[in-house]
Amino acid sequence: MSQKTEKLIDKKGLRLDGRKLDELRPIKIEIGVLSNADGSAYIEQGKNKILAAVFGPRELHPKHLALQDRMVLRCRYHMAPFSVQERKSPAPSRREVELSKVIRESLEPSVFLENYPRTGIDIFIEVLQADGGTRCASITVASLALADAGIPMRDLVVACAAGKIEDTVVLDLMDTEDKVGVADVPVALMPNLNAITLLQMDGILSMEEFEQAVNMALEGCKKIYALQKEALKVKYVGVKEEAEE
Amino acid sequence: MPTFFERRQLVTPGDLLAEGDYTAGENTYVEDNKLYASRIGIVDYEDKTVNVVALRAFYVPRAGDVVIGTVIEVGFNGWVVDINAPYQALLRASDVLSRPFKPQKDELSQFLDMGDLIVAKIFSYDRAHNPQLSVGEPGLGKVTRGQIMRITPTKIPRAIGRKGSMISMIKQETGCQIILGLNGVVLITGKNPEDEELAMMAIRKIDEESHTSGLTDRITQMVKDEKAKRRKDEE
Repeated sequence: MSQKTEKLIDKKGLRLDGRKLDELRPIKIEIGVLSNADGSAYIEQGKNKILAAVFGPRELHPKHLALQDRMVLRCRYHMAPFSVQERKSPAPSRREVELSKVIRESLEPSVFLENYPRTGIDIFIEVLQADGGTRCASITVASLALADAGIPMRDLVVACAAGKIEDTVVLDLMDTEDKVGVADVPVALMPNLNAITLLQMDGILSMEEFEQAVNMALEGCKKIYALQKEALKVKYVGVKEEAEE
Repeated sequence: MPTFFERRQLVTPGDLLAEGDYTAGENTYVEDNKLYASRIGIVDYEDKTVNVVALRAFYVPRAGDVVIGTVIEVGFNGWVVDINAPYQALLRASDVLSRPFKPQKDELSQFLDMGDLIVAKIFSYDRAHNPQLSVGEPGLGKVTRGQIMRITPTKIPRAIGRKGSMISMIKQETGCQIILGLNGVVLITGKNPEDEELAMMAIRKIDEESHTSGLTDRITQMVKDEKAKRRKDEE
């Protein structure tokens, strides 16, 4: 570990896993993987493996949580005990509760909440394997699960992080870079409306570096958005072509 | 006033469909004079209205719809019915009894109990109240026999066909009675299980291939082939 942390970027300007500074980790997305949920999706981003399931809109329980003028979005981000090197207690930690809220709030602007008052939507995000940047991957995959559930949405939400390691701003930090690095800036975007729904910063950056990081993250978002759309089209065009045979 | 799609193209939520003087039809919305898709589906336009036929959607109740639901709760003066929608529906006791309901005399679970299936019409529904059901018309009421299947609710209109062409063909060819609940639940009652099986096969095929063209002809062909094959097996 200590040896690795000495140099996050080698002489050729490549990172620990051989990526360039502005390169994303390889991403694989699948839609509709769970038959019991109303909508579901699965993402692999580098070593991250995350599953999202959506239920609803349905009658909300407990009933006193229901709102008279709009529906309630509930979100649970959870890491499996085996998702990290050291066993993680399955009980929701402070960090998980916070991330659940952050993810919910970055998805809320994309859903037409006012359409179905007094109901609720439940989103369950299960991190099967974590390697840094799970909040961004979770937002990306949860948005797809919402679309798969047939919930009317303004736009898909896509998220990506940029950060600073050593003295350089880089895209899509992995676990070691996140822990040893200087700063991390996750950004969530609704690409067609060009609206940011999440912007956080953990660490210290100068104004110039911050701007550079945000722009880099937005570029990353756009690349991931193309993959999101691709995944949806593969799923549904696949259905269409099968039917035409 | 440009449009940004080809007819029958697959779109995803947030796709920009048109700009300017267009009306938002189904599964679309307008913001800043721009028209976007709000669901995964196939886009098309008619006159100046842009529609997206959703590939994934759920049933939303509407007054006048015939639905098939499951009783999930027997209450004090009525039943709570699951109609496969965001809201649970209510069925009042006096509606089933067709006379005033007397709590001292009437035991509600004798008429309908938990798990019973009913064919009912949505009598009233709005944003502020859960849908109310009614069974006071011929053809409505408790389901006593037949088979139930569930399909995607948005595909029910396709199963009905133009002026009912699809469903009347299936009814005629299989000799089954078929009730299509607009909430995606289908009840099939035939003289024997084989006929019901055949009708279910046809409806399952519609569910899978609803967005392709010339479907009625293909379904007719499939049902006829299947019937011929069965006759041959018998011989």
